[in-house]
Amino acid sequence: MAQVEVRGISKHFGEVRAVDHVDIATAEGEFLVLLGPSGCGKTTLLRMIAGIETPTSGDILIGGQVVNNLPPRARKIAMVFQSYALYPHMTVFRNIAFPLKAQGFPREEIPTKVEWAASTFGIEKLLHRKPRELSGGERQRVALARAVVREPSVFLLDEPLSNLDAKLRTSARDELQQFQRRIGTTTIYVTHDQVEAMGLGDRIVVMKGGKVRQIGTPQEVYNEPSDTFVAGFLGSPPMNLLEREDYIAGFRPEKFLPVSVYDTGEPLVKLWLVVHRVEHLGADRLLYGIMRDTFPNEKVIVNIPSTVDLKIKTGEAQEFAVKEKDIKFFDRSTGLRIEPRRFWGTR
Amino acid sequence: MGGAGMATAEERPVQAGIRDRAELLAKLMIVPAIAYIVAMIGFPFLMAIFYSVSDATTGDPTLRIIGFQNYAAILSDPVFRLALKNTFFFAFVSQALVIVFSRILAASLMQEFRGKWLARFLVMLPWTAPIALGTIGWLWILDSIFSPIDWILRNAGLLGTPGALLGPETNMYWLGRSGLAMASVIFVHVWRLLPLATVIQLAGLSSIPRDLLESAEIDGAAGWRRAVEITIPLTLPIIGIAFLFGLIFTFTDMAVVYVLTRGGPVHSTQVLSTWTFFKGIQGGDLAQGAAISLFLFPVLAGVATLMLRLARRTEVV
Repeated sequence: MAQVEVRGISKHFGEVRAVDHVDIATAEGEFLVLLGPSGCGKTTLLRMIAGIETPTSGDILIGGQVVNNLPPRARKIAMVFQSYALYPHMTVFRNIAFPLKAQGFPREEIPTKVEWAASTFGIEKLLHRKPRELSGGERQRVALARAVVREPSVFLLDEPLSNLDAKLRTSARDELQQFQRRIGTTTIYVTHDQVEAMGLGDRIVVMKGGKVRQIGTPQEVYNEPSDTFVAGFLGSPPMNLLEREDYIAGFRPEKFLPVSVYDTGEPLVKLWLVVHRVEHLGADRLLYGIMRDTFPNEKVIVNIPSTVDLKIKTGEAQEFAVKEKDIKFFDRSTGLRIEPRRFWGTR
Repeated sequence: MGGAGMATAEERPVQAGIRDRAELLAKLMIVPAIAYIVAMIGFPFLMAIFYSVSDATTGDPTLRIIGFQNYAAILSDPVFRLALKNTFFFAFVSQALVIVFSRILAASLMQEFRGKWLARFLVMLPWTAPIALGTIGWLWILDSIFSPIDWILRNAGLLGTPGALLGPETNMYWLGRSGLAMASVIFVHVWRLLPLATVIQLAGLSSIPRDLLESAEIDGAAGWRRAVEITIPLTLPIIGIAFLFGLIFTFTDMAVVYVLTRGGPVHSTQVLSTWTFFKGIQGGDLAQGAAISLFLFPVLAGVATLMLRLARRTEVV
């Protein structure tokens, strides 16, 4: 087990700054998720930690030791690739045994070790098969078993669930987290899927354009986004962002409900909304509307749980409201979070 | 106005033309290829079979069927038997060398280094020179008297003085001694086939997903282990194709041997392709020439089949 730390790390590909002066430190045994859109530098950062990409500048520390000049095999890490990178010409057994063999593990102890890793992921019956004879979910387990077998001090996972179908992904996510909790190995996990990030991470690092935008627990990055990018990237549908003369106000679709729903004495900001479309998603209803009277160009999304029994008429103005404390404010030019201020709702 | 135009377009139904009939179109498109194969390969091949059981010569327009007499005659000819042995030796040794060297070259060219384009260009260069001209260059380099290699060896004190490593004579006579002549012929052939084999191997190496190599690196396999356990097994089908392709090329090629040694000295570098030429074309015995050239047909057909099978296997990863 070890902490991973990167200090002022950058990676330039010619003119492109794939990773631009990033500082991150994990806690011992933490599950840290690097989240961002494609091209944000998250995978490059992971590859630098793994040692298969050399940083342009900055330091990488694993367990307090600078590992910049260590080859990947000496960093005590294991990596699971998006493609799983199983060796197609080897059986599952040989795939899992490969890192042990390569690191000179005593030959007679290898089978026991491989069986232990295979049983951890319930793939004992597949040991004699070749990767091409396995399903996507089975391949993923083999890749994880191969990563676990050498008992690394850090796991690096590069979108390991993205090749699974939606149903399998949910169960694999659950298993992955339980497994990580059980063995308690520091894990860095790259994904572009915010649901995965929210579900798995102890903390989430939100990245864009090679820079870190925010680091925090899933609740923190969701409820208190540090800028408009984070606010828009997390949550589906994303946060509603309304531009004013000197600031941007944002609130989550599920915090914007018809006035009749509220019964507390909390201060509310009320807005008239004309709903022009309703989407029934099963558990939720999404309402798409515009604020006809106040801000005619701004589209707003409302998320109402199906358990709230309300008749919504399209085409008519209805009064909705959001609690004052649920409105977040951002600077108009920089997009950065600013102090709360008075938000002008319906006049 | 616009509406009227649209109306006429709707009224006239689109006729299904030849372009819509995939079955027929496919047959039509493949006709030229089949015609080519029949005229340029099938017909000459049948003619060769026909000649090999006849008494055809270049001097006599009449022609009789004499059965397998030609085959019996060439089999009892010691030169033919030597040429057959030489052919296999020449082909297998040169291809083994080509595979090893092209593998090393390809692996080096996969690395990033300064001046890589120049290295690639130089590796490809022998392939761009006409084979006869390139070989004539080698003929001069290996000349019995003026060979620059000998000159270097003499000046290095390795040759031409009593007690020198390579003997007291002033020249090596590269093409004049049977063992050296075979070695020289093999060397020039390797020089000439190396670019193609390197390109094939390079394609093989670059077809290995990068993830796999990086994964091996993280797993702790570097250098030899990675080559032996990952890259060579994964590119084995492609190495096989390069090998078999070179084999066919060597079995059927006569340029290097013809230009350098004409099969000499005393048939020590004679191979079936040159022997066919000397017998059938220069000697005028079309029938025996045809019989000799057909001798390798079963071998080549086997090699070609194997190659096609390997080609199919490379698609599976």
